Amino acid sequence: MTPIRRHKELDRIWRTAPGWGRLAAVNHTVIGKRFMLTALVFFAIGGLLAMLIRIQLASRQSEFMEPGTYAQVFTMHGTIMMFLFAIPFFEGLAMYLLPKMLGARDMAFPRLSAYGYWCYLLGGSILIVALLMGAAPDAGWFMYAPLSSATYSPGINADVWLLGITFVEISALSAAVEMLVSILMLRAGGMSLDRMPIFGWYMLVVAGMMLVGFPPLILGSLLLEAERAFGLPFFDPTRGGDPLLWQHLFWLFGHPEVYIIFLPAAGVLSTIIPVFSRHRLVGYRAIVAAIVAMGFLSFGLWVHHMYATGIPHLSLSFFSIASALVAVPTAVQIFSWLATMAAGRPRFSIPMLHVFGFMFVFVCGGLSGVMLAMVPFDLQAHDTHFVVAHLHYVLVGGFVFPMMAAAYYWLPHMTGRQPVQQLSHAAFWTIFVGFNLTFLGMHLTGLLGMTRRVHSYDDPWWEVLNFISSMGGFVTTIGFALLALDLVLLMLFGRPFRRDPWRAGTLEWAMPTPPPSYNFASVPMGDIDGPSLAAGKGLLATPRGEMETLGVDPLSGRPEQIVILPKPTFLPLLTALATGGVFLSLLFKAYLLAPVFAVAVVALFLRWTAAMPAPAVLDAGQGLMLPNHRAARMPPSLLAMRFIIAADATAFASLVFGAGFLAISAPGWPPAEWPGFGWPAWVAVVGGLVALALPGRALVPQLVTVAAFTAILWRMEGVQDHAAPAALAALATWGAVHAAIGVLLAGWGDRRISAQWQRYAALVTVVAATFPALLRLLAEGAA
Amino acid sequence: MQRMTRDSDEAVGRLFLDLRDDGVLFAAMRFVGDMFVGFLHAPTRRLGLAGFPILFAAGCDRDLSVLSPAGPAAQGIATLWWWMFWGGAAIFALMLALFLWLLLRPAAGRGIPARWWIVGGGLVFPLPVLAALTGAALWLGEGTLGGTASTQIEAEARMWQWTFRYPDGSETTDVLHLPAGRDVEIVVTSPDVIHSFWIPRLGGKIDAIPGHANRIVLRADAPGEYGGVCAEYCGTGHVDMSFTAVASDDWGRE
Repeated sequence: MTPIRRHKELDRIWRTAPGWGRLAAVNHTVIGKRFMLTALVFFAIGGLLAMLIRIQLASRQSEFMEPGTYAQVFTMHGTIMMFLFAIPFFEGLAMYLLPKMLGARDMAFPRLSAYGYWCYLLGGSILIVALLMGAAPDAGWFMYAPLSSATYSPGINADVWLLGITFVEISALSAAVEMLVSILMLRAGGMSLDRMPIFGWYMLVVAGMMLVGFPPLILGSLLLEAERAFGLPFFDPTRGGDPLLWQHLFWLFGHPEVYIIFLPAAGVLSTIIPVFSRHRLVGYRAIVAAIVAMGFLSFGLWVHHMYATGIPHLSLSFFSIASALVAVPTAVQIFSWLATMAAGRPRFSIPMLHVFGFMFVFVCGGLSGVMLAMVPFDLQAHDTHFVVAHLHYVLVGGFVFPMMAAAYYWLPHMTGRQPVQQLSHAAFWTIFVGFNLTFLGMHLTGLLGMTRRVHSYDDPWWEVLNFISSMGGFVTTIGFALLALDLVLLMLFGRPFRRDPWRAGTLEWAMPTPPPSYNFASVPMGDIDGPSLAAGKGLLATPRGEMETLGVDPLSGRPEQIVILPKPTFLPLLTALATGGVFLSLLFKAYLLAPVFAVAVVALFLRWTAAMPAPAVLDAGQGLMLPNHRAARMPPSLLAMRFIIAADATAFASLVFGAGFLAISAPGWPPAEWPGFGWPAWVAVVGGLVALALPGRALVPQLVTVAAFTAILWRMEGVQDHAAPAALAALATWGAVHAAIGVLLAGWGDRRISAQWQRYAALVTVVAATFPALLRLLAEGAA
Repeated sequence: MQRMTRDSDEAVGRLFLDLRDDGVLFAAMRFVGDMFVGFLHAPTRRLGLAGFPILFAAGCDRDLSVLSPAGPAAQGIATLWWWMFWGGAAIFALMLALFLWLLLRPAAGRGIPARWWIVGGGLVFPLPVLAALTGAALWLGEGTLGGTASTQIEAEARMWQWTFRYPDGSETTDVLHLPAGRDVEIVVTSPDVIHSFWIPRLGGKIDAIPGHANRIVLRADAPGEYGGVCAEYCGTGHVDMSFTAVASDDWGRE
């Protein structure tokens, strides 16, 4: 078979249809680019809001915006930049790059990528529409209760945040599961974990962090929405709730979030710096150890956002030390990069200019971060413009500059064109100078006492500093406009090239550019170059009409199975629309409509599993016979289920932690009357134990469990009067929903996947049903 | 030029005062710091922009400035800040110099083995620095945070004003009367949303969280007026939620 004919046949199998067919796209190249482009649109909107803030603060007693509008603007600026720009942008980049770098033809669950994208687009749009209607969230991007509760934010604004962001976070969680499975299983033959491109390691750790970082936020949002909509008082101190619970749940997510955003950018740097140093990455293993350490450390320092909440100083010290220690893995990475530069012969080019931007800005932000980790200093600087300056130095230095480097480095890959213009330098320096002008002086503004989120002030010296910051902000914006122009010019008029313009060693450059829909004409096996792949010297070189890619053993990279991926389909779009229906009916308090849409979501999801290939053993080429994934020992979906359970268990643990936290530390405990579950709890426990013992035949026990939890919820009284019954009702609901999913999986799901879920749901049932006793023990012990 | 000289004289004069109060090292750091900000501010004054209140060179005497401490808690933190500022500046310069050196002089660092870079820069260099810093901050925090005082004043934050209640049962709104030269314990509460009590020149902030009573011990060294604000965003009236702390010698005898 000639390369041209192989190309035509593969493209016929893999391509996305034009016209309406675009809405059915599942290909990772297409979806990855959509993620990035959409994120850039949100970045522009967020940047526009930043300019409004800078206009407001440029002078004292400015009449530009009234306080309510200003609150919406600063809340949305933070929310958009964090949730709608930073995370989706790197998700898109990872989605685009990972399969290409790892030698696969797509991600493990292409339809899930598409579903995540639509959820992101729809959820983000809800927020933007609310902004245009003047009903945007206005309690600050971390939405502290009780300011965000129904009493003090009676409008729809806070609901928009809670529901819109939760909707968007579906895409983060689905991306996390997908990246984990893809990195672990879909690689080139023989690519063992310790030989994987370093970017793969970074994204592996990031995906793991997302998997356990997002559930506490999603749970917190659901609890706060339940309080706002149905009066369950989780955060209301007059009824046994505690505002601090929100802060714990939020920052339990919110701090890892910062590293979730930084690490992909660091992965880009670890990829780019060796290329421009003309030397392989020095300290690969040290970096892997550092990022794993960072992943763990990042979950142990959320309280450094809460130094001023009255937690005893000695307890704070633990978090202070952990926060300072994060500097160590960061330093290991930075010095590995310096060592790489020292060992090689660095050459200067546009991406390296942005690496310089990163070094300058991020080191500065890291140092002020260490300062803020010190409890006494933070008590002064907390909630002032010093923190605003610090976080912009960290996020712009640690994310935006590396992403601009990535843009110049990989845009040639996406477009097949190399830059020819001289605008790149001007754009960089305008952004760099503008940024520092905006935020360097802002440290001082904060130390002079200007708190964040104020819309007016009196001090004339603050005015000088703020005016400088505003001018710097406008310069930065001009710089970003220049950058956008430069990149558009590159796409239109860049100089075409053949392969690998940077002389990089990674696999994504071993394919023609722009990349074909199937990535690799044959899947790499061992050391092999681009032309040989095109000539079909790798695996799976003979198109069979199915979308095939190689599945490997996670550790050794030994070929184990042929994963057959689903064709383009409208199902992800339809499912996302139905999911959007659930969120919109909750948002507009049409509570009877929500279950209708929920049933539609379930029905659509059941359709996903309809056309699966039959188990078979196939010829992978080079004399290798491999089972398809349906016949494999560990198909990707089974591994995915484990990760989904891990994420779900994190949310459940957060709920249990939350209830326990209230019992120990909230005012108004113990409640006047102890709520219990009564006899149905025993039924639920029996149902759970039977399901645990017989996960293969769990249909009946799970039905019994659902009925038992429904009876518990039916009999539950006083859920609006005190947080204790409210928390128990939340646990019972959790148990009911999990048992119900168990029923669905037992009836329609794959046998092995179902068994995993049944065991987990059974454990949830047992914990939830016996929890009232534990809660009482905790509360009385604390009292 | 004359003005510059006078500023320097002032700075030198204060150096000796500082020596007496805070020990040599802090005095030296603050001396350099003041010279630095004074230097930064000099051009604006020379341009006739002296309309701005003289801030830095005059000891940063701003109402809400963390850098013009007027009590032991704020003083300790300002000391810590100047240490961290100069230390941070040095590390920043070092890192940037290393990066530019390696970038602009290719092969310059080739003689240094990779292990030295990673172990030296990643562990040997940051660990002692971080240990010293966190140790100092811990020691400072233990000394100034979490204590108690015999005099208690209740501060109730609500949307959007401050009510202060004194041991004798009297109340004031948006004005806090303090004894000068003596520790006071402020018990901070809120009946509605989260606020934060902050008098920058006296010490750090403490949140007013509904359902909780938080405490902070502060001391104003000398009689005078010190600005205070709510530091946690608490709704559209947040910016108006400021107060004045008045420290006097005859507190309680009025």
